[in-house]
Amino acid sequence: MQILTAKIKEGACQCNPTVPVHAGKEKVNRKWELMLLLGAGLAIWVLLYLSVEPAANLLTYSVLQLPADSHLGSSISFFLYEAPKVLLLLTVIVFGVGIMRSFFTPERTRQLLAGKREFAGNVLAGGLGIVTPFCSCSAVPLFIGFVETGVPLGVTFTFLIAAPMINEVAVVLLFGMFGWKIALLYVATGLFIAITAGWVIGRLKLERYVESWVFDIKIADSQVSAQHVTFEDRVQYGLNALREIVGKVWPYVLAGIAVGAVIHGYVPEGLMASFMGKDVWWAVPAAVLLGVPMYSNAAGVIPIMQALMEKGAALGTTLAFMMAVIGLSLPETIILRKVLKWQLIGVFMGVVAAGIMIIGYLFNIVL
Amino acid sequence: MNIKVLGPGCAKCRSLEKTVKEAVAALKLDIKVEEIKDIKEIMQYSILMTPGLVINEKVVMSGKVPSKAEVERLIMNALDTEA
Repeated sequence: MQILTAKIKEGACQCNPTVPVHAGKEKVNRKWELMLLLGAGLAIWVLLYLSVEPAANLLTYSVLQLPADSHLGSSISFFLYEAPKVLLLLTVIVFGVGIMRSFFTPERTRQLLAGKREFAGNVLAGGLGIVTPFCSCSAVPLFIGFVETGVPLGVTFTFLIAAPMINEVAVVLLFGMFGWKIALLYVATGLFIAITAGWVIGRLKLERYVESWVFDIKIADSQVSAQHVTFEDRVQYGLNALREIVGKVWPYVLAGIAVGAVIHGYVPEGLMASFMGKDVWWAVPAAVLLGVPMYSNAAGVIPIMQALMEKGAALGTTLAFMMAVIGLSLPETIILRKVLKWQLIGVFMGVVAAGIMIIGYLFNIVL
Repeated sequence: MNIKVLGPGCAKCRSLEKTVKEAVAALKLDIKVEEIKDIKEIMQYSILMTPGLVINEKVVMSGKVPSKAEVERLIMNALDTEA
């Protein structure tokens, strides 16, 4: 449409291009079409999801004729059941979260957080961290943008902790493999750590450890104009998220589930209890210290977690390990070095690591 | 017209560069696409999420990697306002 308009303008007078008469009606029809398609898609998804378990069992025990209590049979049925199930869950959740995210742009988040008081700001930042789209190479522009518009340092940190840590892929996988309670627990503790750590960092008044050039930049209001977003745009956003995320992550998911399947079928019960069990007091700090320098996406780590837990690893220890791997990444730290001095980076990582360890211990004791 | 791609170097930024160059070539325009990788320079444009696309010193898009068609449209729009 735009290109056509441009060509017409060249020769004709500068009058406003006429809006096609049917535009409004077309938009409404399109919206209903899309909703119908989405509804149909959802119905198909439910059917597929319900048939995964019976199909897996059928394939393993009837078609492949593996004995019911063999190691191989156990591993294969685990894989055939978990892999499609997890992929289906991933598809629907990533798409759904994608649509939800189209409502929250970083610019809007920044406006919402500017000038908020400390504690309330931390809580809001935590929540927004979950729903605002985030990629780790944006950490620096985001940090600068937030600080410049008057978002307190602690609140900015809460956002920076919550955004990568509470990751929808992780939530989906936890839900699929451990049930909704653990998925919810993960979100709740992630939020708790983000809010508390951010608040603590805020209280410590560490502004002098931010590189001084950051405060010298004059940030004008964001120039990216707020475009009118239609329902169709949102669906497109969801589909893009789906292609980007699931498209990138599925080999890791399958690999992780395969490893999990092997552990499930072949590792003897209780083996993990000796070094990751509840009574091993040093397991939690060790898990966190091991996890911090590692970075993997959630898809790789979680299926392995499940298999380990089945063999006796304690929930607190495993969860702590996972959060350390996903929440703190060395690449992101290196990027942040451009805006933060080492002392502040140290405090940042220290506080988050400490928070994760506390959660790990708590869970081991309570659950 | 000048076109700048802002990004410190992650995969998305590289992807945007490629798409923009393809769009410029498809439109048969003789414009050099500048790649801005230094974070201080990037921050001159007030974007919150990389990668960013700047046409004629105005930020037209940030935070996602658009399709070649979208980039072409953005360039055409900019040509419109130039004329």
